[in-house]
Amino acid sequence: MIECKNLVKTYINGDVETNALNGVSFGIKKGEFVSIIGPSGSGKSTLMHILGALDTPTSGEYFIDGHAVSKLNDDELSELRKNKIGFVFQSFNLLPRTTVLRNVMLPLLYSGVNKAEREKRARECLSYAGMEESKFMNLSNQLSGGQMQRVAIARALINNPSIILADEPTGNLDTKTSRVVMEAFRELNKKGHTIILITHEMDVADYANRIIHVRDGIIEKDTPNNPNDHII
Amino acid sequence: MFSDLFKETIWSLSSNKVRSGLTILGIVIGIASVITMVAIGQGAKNSISSSIEAIGSNLIIVMPGSQRVGGINQGGGSAQSLTIEDADAIKIQISSIKAVAPSITKRYQVTAKGNNTNTQAIGTTEDYMVARNVSMDAGSFFNTQQMKSSAKVAVIGPSVRDDLFGENVNPVGQTIRINNMDFQIVGMTKAKGGSGPNNQDDVIYVPLTSAQHYFSGDEYVNNISIAASDQNAMASVQEDITNLLLKRHKISDPTKADFSLMNQNDILSTASSITSTFTILLSSIAGISLLVGGIGIMNMMLTTVTERTREIGLRKAVGIKKININLQFLAEAVVLTLLGGILGVVLGWIASLAVTHFVSSLKTSISFSAIMLAFGVSAGVGIVFGFYPARRAANLSPIEALRYE
Repeated sequence: MIECKNLVKTYINGDVETNALNGVSFGIKKGEFVSIIGPSGSGKSTLMHILGALDTPTSGEYFIDGHAVSKLNDDELSELRKNKIGFVFQSFNLLPRTTVLRNVMLPLLYSGVNKAEREKRARECLSYAGMEESKFMNLSNQLSGGQMQRVAIARALINNPSIILADEPTGNLDTKTSRVVMEAFRELNKKGHTIILITHEMDVADYANRIIHVRDGIIEKDTPNNPNDHII
Repeated sequence: MFSDLFKETIWSLSSNKVRSGLTILGIVIGIASVITMVAIGQGAKNSISSSIEAIGSNLIIVMPGSQRVGGINQGGGSAQSLTIEDADAIKIQISSIKAVAPSITKRYQVTAKGNNTNTQAIGTTEDYMVARNVSMDAGSFFNTQQMKSSAKVAVIGPSVRDDLFGENVNPVGQTIRINNMDFQIVGMTKAKGGSGPNNQDDVIYVPLTSAQHYFSGDEYVNNISIAASDQNAMASVQEDITNLLLKRHKISDPTKADFSLMNQNDILSTASSITSTFTILLSSIAGISLLVGGIGIMNMMLTTVTERTREIGLRKAVGIKKININLQFLAEAVVLTLLGGILGVVLGWIASLAVTHFVSSLKTSISFSAIMLAFGVSAGVGIVFGFYPARRAANLSPIEALRYE
C-alpha cells in the first residue's frame, strides 16, 4: 500500500545543499508494523514527513494506495492526510485548554459529519486507545503524558486511516508509560492497522515486525523482526 | 461547513478568554482614545469659534458713501443714500443671511432723575440683537408691535444705567428723557465690554420707527448691519449686497457706488487662522491616536496569531484545508475587531460625555467622521494583521509550522 521509489530530499541552506535523503526505495504492505530507526541526522524524520504527506520529495516517486503523492498540491495533500494517515507526534500536539473529546474530533472539522456522529466516533476511538471515559471532558493540559498520547492516538484513529504514523511517540514519556503506549500500538496493529514508527531507541523499535535502519539518507538495513524474541 | 466555521471561531475565541480579552481591550482603547481626543478637540474648536462669533465675525455693515458738497468730500457715511427699503430688499432677496438691521444713530444728552449723560441713541429693529450679538440682562428688547406703533420705549446699555441710575439698579420700568421726549425703559443689555467711543455698553436702543418719527424725520438710515449665516458665506453675501444695491440705486459703475461695505476683516482673518491651527491640531491628535492605537492592535494581533503557528500546523497536519484555516482566522479577526470596535465607540462616547459633564468650560463634540475613521482604521489594521500571519502560517508546510517556536 506504500511504495517509495528512489526518494531524494535536498535542503538548500544558503549556498550549501544537504541531501537528507539520498535515494530511498522500499514498500510497506497493509497490516505491517514497521519501525524506522536511525541516529539523529540520519534522514529518518525527513522520511517520515514524506511518508506522512507533510512534505514532498525533491525527486523520486511515492505512492499511497496508488495515489502519486509527489504530484499533489497543498489542498490535495491535506485531503490525503485527512483520509489516509493518522499522526502521533512526540510532543503530542494537542490543542491547549481544550477538552479531550474536542481534540479527538479536530480532524472531522469541515468534514460534513454531523455532531452526534462525530462525538460517537470520538468516544469509540478514545475507548479503543484505552482512555477512561471519566476523562473525556477534561482539558488537555490537565492530563498526564501517557494520557495525552492516548488522546493523540485516538485523534489519529478518528478518520479510520489506512496508516498510523508515529514520530518518536515515546520520546517524552517515562519507561513505564512508554511500554503502555507501545502496547497500545501493538494492539492497534493486531486489529489490522498499518503502523509506521520512527524512533532512535532500539527497544522501542523492537515492538515492530520489521525494522528499517536509516543512516546518512540511505537504507542501511531492512530486516524482519520478531518482537517476542526480545521482550522479557 | 459554515456552522463549523462559526462554532470553531466562537469556541477558539472563548477558549482563551484572556488572550481575546486583551486583544479586544487593545482595540477598545485605540478607538475610544481617538473618538475622545477628537471630541475634546472639536469641542475646544467650537468654543473658540463661538467666542469669536460673539464679537460678530459674520457681520457686514453697509454704510452710505461720501457726499460731495461744493467739491468738498464730506467723508464716508455722510451721504443720505440708504433707506429702510434697501434693508428690506436685502432681507428678502439675499440668501445666506441671518439678520438685517438698519439703524439710525445720533448722539443725545439723555436725562433721568436729575442725572444726565451724553450717549448714542440707536434706532433699529429686533434683528440688531442677532446681527450685533446683543443679549439681554434684564427685561426684553422691544418687539415688533412696539416697532409698528413707534412706541416710546428704550433698551439701555449697562454703562447708561450706571450713569443715570447707579450700579446694580434695575432700570426696567423707569423713564428717561431723550431729545425732550419721555421713553420708557423696557430692557437692559448684557455687558459686552469695550471702552471710550467704542464702548458697546454706552448706548440706548429705540425702535427704528420711533427714531424716524421723533429724531430724524426722514426715511434714510445711517447704516445697515447684516449677519451672514456663516463665515464661509461672507464673500458671496457681500458681493450679492453690492450688486443688489447698485441695481436699486441705478448705478452701473461700481466705482461710483453711493455706499460702502465694511466687515470685520481682522477678526475674520484671526478667526480663520485660529480655526485652521485647530484643524491641524485636531488632525494631528487624530492621526497620532490612530497610529498609536493601530500599532497596538497590530502588535496584539501579530503576537497572538503568530503564537498559534503550531496550532495552525497541527490543523493542517490532521488534514484541514488551507482555505478553512484562513477563513477561521479571518473570522476570528473580524469578530475581535467588531466587538472591540463597538465597545470602543461606546466607551469613547461615554468618555466624551463625561468630559462635558465634569469640565464645565468644555462641551465636547462627538464627530461621526472620527467614529468612522477610528472604527475603519482599527478594523482594517486588526483584520489585516490578524489574517496575514495566519495566512503565512497556513502556507507553510505543516512540519515547518509545527516546529515553529
